[in-house]
Amino acid sequence: MGAEIFERVRARWSGEVEDGGVQHGTLTLELSPDRLRDVASSLKSEFGFDMLLDVTAVDWPERQTRFDVVYHFYSTRDFVRLRLKTRVTFEAPVVDTLVTLYQAARFAERECHDMYGIEFRGNDDLRPILLYEGFVGHPLRKDYPKQHEQPLVPYRT
Amino acid sequence: MDARPDLPNPIRPAFTAGETPGSTIVNIGPSHPATHGTVQIVAELSGERVMRADIHCGYLHRGFEKECESHTWHNLIPYVDRLNYCSALINDFAYCEAVERLMGIEITPRCRYLRTLLAEYSRIADHLTCTAAMLMELGAMTAFLYLVTLRDYIYEHLANLTGARVTYSFGRIGGLARDLPEGWLKRLEEILGEYDVFVGRVHGLVDRNRIFIDRMRNIGVLRTEEAIGWGYTGPVLRSTGAPRDLRKDTPYLAYSELDFEVPVGINGDNYDRYYVRMREMDESVHMIRQLVDRLPDGPISVADRRCTLPEKHLVYTEIESLINHFKLIIDGPQVPAGEVYSAHEGANGELGFYIVSTGLGIPYKVHVRSPSFVHLGGLHRMLEGYQLADLVPTFGSINMIGGECDR
Repeated sequence: MGAEIFERVRARWSGEVEDGGVQHGTLTLELSPDRLRDVASSLKSEFGFDMLLDVTAVDWPERQTRFDVVYHFYSTRDFVRLRLKTRVTFEAPVVDTLVTLYQAARFAERECHDMYGIEFRGNDDLRPILLYEGFVGHPLRKDYPKQHEQPLVPYRT
Repeated sequence: MDARPDLPNPIRPAFTAGETPGSTIVNIGPSHPATHGTVQIVAELSGERVMRADIHCGYLHRGFEKECESHTWHNLIPYVDRLNYCSALINDFAYCEAVERLMGIEITPRCRYLRTLLAEYSRIADHLTCTAAMLMELGAMTAFLYLVTLRDYIYEHLANLTGARVTYSFGRIGGLARDLPEGWLKRLEEILGEYDVFVGRVHGLVDRNRIFIDRMRNIGVLRTEEAIGWGYTGPVLRSTGAPRDLRKDTPYLAYSELDFEVPVGINGDNYDRYYVRMREMDESVHMIRQLVDRLPDGPISVADRRCTLPEKHLVYTEIESLINHFKLIIDGPQVPAGEVYSAHEGANGELGFYIVSTGLGIPYKVHVRSPSFVHLGGLHRMLEGYQLADLVPTFGSINMIGGECDR
């Protein structure tokens, strides 16, 4: 079942997006940030990937395009998972939001914004979610020191 | 009164003024005596009716994912335990399976069966906790005590196996910490007998109770399409009538060899969420009985030097085993470079681990797709339009677990 869907997805965008192959049962497609929304939209309408599981990022500090923004989709009809990856730079970590397609993106994008500082263009609610208002920096970036502390309330001495 | 500095507000509410004439904005939580879990809800009330709700989480954020990036693969097992601390074993096994998939390890048949058995046993404990808390918040103290009594039998029984009551650290990459102690399965059978007694009493007290039905029916209603859009999985999605369960849809461990049903609700309201959980526990008991009957003999851990620690007596007497032990502890298991998303059906829904390895003994990235966090994303839809008093049981029926939600 999964293999057949994957073949159709690959055929649909063959040559247009980079095919990351099927790893551990998940097909990966790598694409540029400007293609993200229309590919996600087709995945939902044409291929039945109706659930956005997760939005996260991976930080590769040595790389020119520093961040991978990673999306996982699931089809509740065919029970297969698909991963979209797009690369953005440190200077302009901007991708389009998916909130108009998947409401689940609301919280997931807020978390990714908190942790990696990725901007989701079109998402008007990127308030801190796991962090607090006024937190400086993005803790899951590799250059954020693990031991760094920013107490909201001064420690009692 | 000592002078205290003004404390900054850790959140920025989505709204500070009401839209409805005469409405009031109230703040509920993060530590509210009527709810459980550390969550803050800013609600606009018109009389008793919730007009809008803005949910804030993150009060239990402790940098789990950051911490994972500086410990060896094995060292993470106690951390993943603390995600959903009501069913820690499910987290253990989901994490271990993700790493095993990267390493290309197939676990032994006995381990596969034991993991399935323990996962279902944990699911019962988790559903008992959730249902008990939800009932208690409605004032059903007797039902609460029946359910937590049973849960405590399970906790004590798991402590007998793992040495801990709640956070077990029992999974190992490539196997389990140890095999069952003598007499464990006999006690398991006794507890399953107690299960029938206690859960039967709760069914008798609650199912057709007029007060309970009035408080739960048609409250917090969610439709299937909406639930899927918000990323809902697990008992909450099933309560809307969609029979989606990873144990059936993408079978893992020993689930493809078991006979079980996927109970679903009709309305997607609080009552259905209660009933789906109760029925799921029955199915888990049914599965545990099958697993006990068919439990294969054999080793519980794979014979693979890359992840399994050598026997202790060999570490003391053999140089190869000593080095093997040393390398596994100091450097960590060398997991081949790659990425994997591996999901198990946790007690609350799809628990996914997205892991990136660069081939070292410590992970490059570990991300958890935690069902509680996703469920909070759409919770306001289940609160708006209902009474303030409904907020407490609706929130209870989601079974938000702070450790998993806030990570």
